[in-house]
Amino acid sequence: MRNQGVIGWLLVLPAAALLALFTHWPVLGTIWASFHATSRGGRPAPWVGLENYQVMVADEVFWRSLWNNVWYSLGTIPVSVTLALVMALWVNSAMKGRTWLRVAFFTPTILPMIAVANIWLFFYTPQYGLLEKVTTSLGFPTHNWLGTESTALACVMVVAIWKDAGFFMIFYLAALQSIPPSLAEAAALEGAPRATYLRRIVLPLLMPTTLFVLVNAVINSFRLVDHIVVMTRGGPNNATSLLLFHIYQVGFSFWDTGYAAALTVVLLAILAALAIGQFVFLDKRVHYQ
Amino acid sequence: MTTRPHVLRALAAGLACLAASAAAETEISFYYPVAVGGPITKIVDQMAADFEKENPGIKVKPVYAGTYQETVVKAITAHKAGTPPATAVILSTDMFTLIDEDAIVPFDTFAKSAEDKKWMASFYPAFMANSRTGGKTWGIPFQRSTIVLYWNKELFKEAGLDPDKGPATWKEMLADAEKLTKRDASGNVTRWGVQIPSSGFPYWLFQGLTTTNGVELMNEAGNETYFDKPAVVEALQYWVDLGRKHKVMAPGVIEWGTTPKDFFEKKIAMMWTTTGNLTNVKKNAKFDFGVAMLPANKRRGSPTGGGNFYIFKKATKEQQEASFKFAKWMTTPERAAQWGMDTGYVAVRPDAWQTPKMQAYVKDFPVAAVARDQLQYSVAELSTHENQRVTKALNDGLQAALTGAKAPAQAMKDAQAEASRILRAYRH
Repeated sequence: MRNQGVIGWLLVLPAAALLALFTHWPVLGTIWASFHATSRGGRPAPWVGLENYQVMVADEVFWRSLWNNVWYSLGTIPVSVTLALVMALWVNSAMKGRTWLRVAFFTPTILPMIAVANIWLFFYTPQYGLLEKVTTSLGFPTHNWLGTESTALACVMVVAIWKDAGFFMIFYLAALQSIPPSLAEAAALEGAPRATYLRRIVLPLLMPTTLFVLVNAVINSFRLVDHIVVMTRGGPNNATSLLLFHIYQVGFSFWDTGYAAALTVVLLAILAALAIGQFVFLDKRVHYQ
Repeated sequence: MTTRPHVLRALAAGLACLAASAAAETEISFYYPVAVGGPITKIVDQMAADFEKENPGIKVKPVYAGTYQETVVKAITAHKAGTPPATAVILSTDMFTLIDEDAIVPFDTFAKSAEDKKWMASFYPAFMANSRTGGKTWGIPFQRSTIVLYWNKELFKEAGLDPDKGPATWKEMLADAEKLTKRDASGNVTRWGVQIPSSGFPYWLFQGLTTTNGVELMNEAGNETYFDKPAVVEALQYWVDLGRKHKVMAPGVIEWGTTPKDFFEKKIAMMWTTTGNLTNVKKNAKFDFGVAMLPANKRRGSPTGGGNFYIFKKATKEQQEASFKFAKWMTTPERAAQWGMDTGYVAVRPDAWQTPKMQAYVKDFPVAAVARDQLQYSVAELSTHENQRVTKALNDGLQAALTGAKAPAQAMKDAQAEASRILRAYRH
């Protein structure tokens, strides 16, 4: 028995070592750095205790970025997950051209985010962009979509939804295909309407996938900021600045690594809390087979 | 089987050769960004190869490092890790940042001969304004630019304006723009009179307005800013009014990257952008266009922009010497002229414009000289300690005013307060 335990640990060791080296150690390093000021000109960074966190409380751009991120998450996650489910149900049904449709839905996912953002940048271009061509032909006045504080965030959210939905669809599609057809047949024999079959059988069976997709969607909404860099650089007036983008600016434009570390700790804390919350609360409602 | 010893011996001889030459050879890595269109990487590789041919014993390894922002990030990160490039082309405005990081050495250290000193004095003074501080030269101008106004001659004619004369004053620009703005039957604008982009780095274009309004945004020591001076607020008011009051420019924040395309599509009749776009516009505009100095209010003027050569501190002595040689070689009059013609950047020294090739080029394409003629009125680009953070404070204020979130006076007051707070530590 003892021997087996040792072998088990040895088998886990390579993965654990990598995880410790590239995840846990940097996390500890970040927390440690967040209590220090930024080192300048090769001098060691002095200890400042909680000062970086006090600065954060007074940092308007931080609060704006945080709220932007909250709206961004609330806006993108439910829509992209619902859309993914609907698309998966659709391309799972037996119909002509469904391979073509699957490819079409999945295409946004394979494109790099930078390319996607450049395409959408031209969609949103005032006057001759695709969106403007449609709205002006319907008689609406021209609008500067990315250059107006009230619409810029919504515009970048649409890009994220368009990009993520296809990715999540693949997981739903895989889960749908693993549902035994006998269940559908049994439901049909019992005379259950399709809506009931969907609500009482399919959706509960998809719950593990939903949990997985949700966790990924939450992480994505905090992690993916490439399109912000290309499309708005956080503007206008920080209207599209997300938390990670703010961290990047502080860390690699301002070179204030101490403060950037403190911001990163906050981001880590938020993500950890969300992930734990999802696993603890949703786990009760998930039925694994 | 008998051939094997031969092969081995040949290999050994080859290796010995390599080792010997490596010992005598100095290799310098050279980071450079690409910020305008065209086959820049090919040109740079060719220049490096030519330099190696003329300077045996020095190997140049050009590394394309992305945008300006990516290049400075890579260079500083590499510096912090102890393996910086020997030399790099980075924004002239990053000078204070690089000094504060203790990453670079001044060129004065290597200028020993009279010829070296003459070379360092051969550039346009407007470009040196962003290259010197505290009596030392930290950067050598390489790919530099200013802002100019491009106008569409066809649309000028259509609007009943003189197609060969761009606006010379703020008033004229507004009057022209009013005539050039076109609306359809229901009052929707189909073409804007003028466009001054405001995404990304609005502070730079804003300096085109403050300079012509006779006011500077910062001091030479880079530790004080003047964002809330009345003349600055006045300049911002003019910019905001173009979009909000006179409605001759699209309201809100206008994308920098799509501005040339807007111009090509005739969605705008005049645009403000860098001279670095000259070659791009020449290639892609399907109509006659003119280039003018920025319109004046109290005076003419524009900020300069673009990148300088820097030499890194943690490189070896030999590498630094070789980098100095390389920078000198890259900025001879002939090469400065060629680089300007290939890219649209302003050739950085007066004698480059005297070369026969450049004179022929200007004769054929006179607008290329507009940027040069504007240089005598040009001022340093906004650059301070903690540069990116200070410019962000200004950028946020400008965008807040342009989108209508704040009144210009309030926006500039807030930006100044933030900048003073950031620069507090650098005022002794």
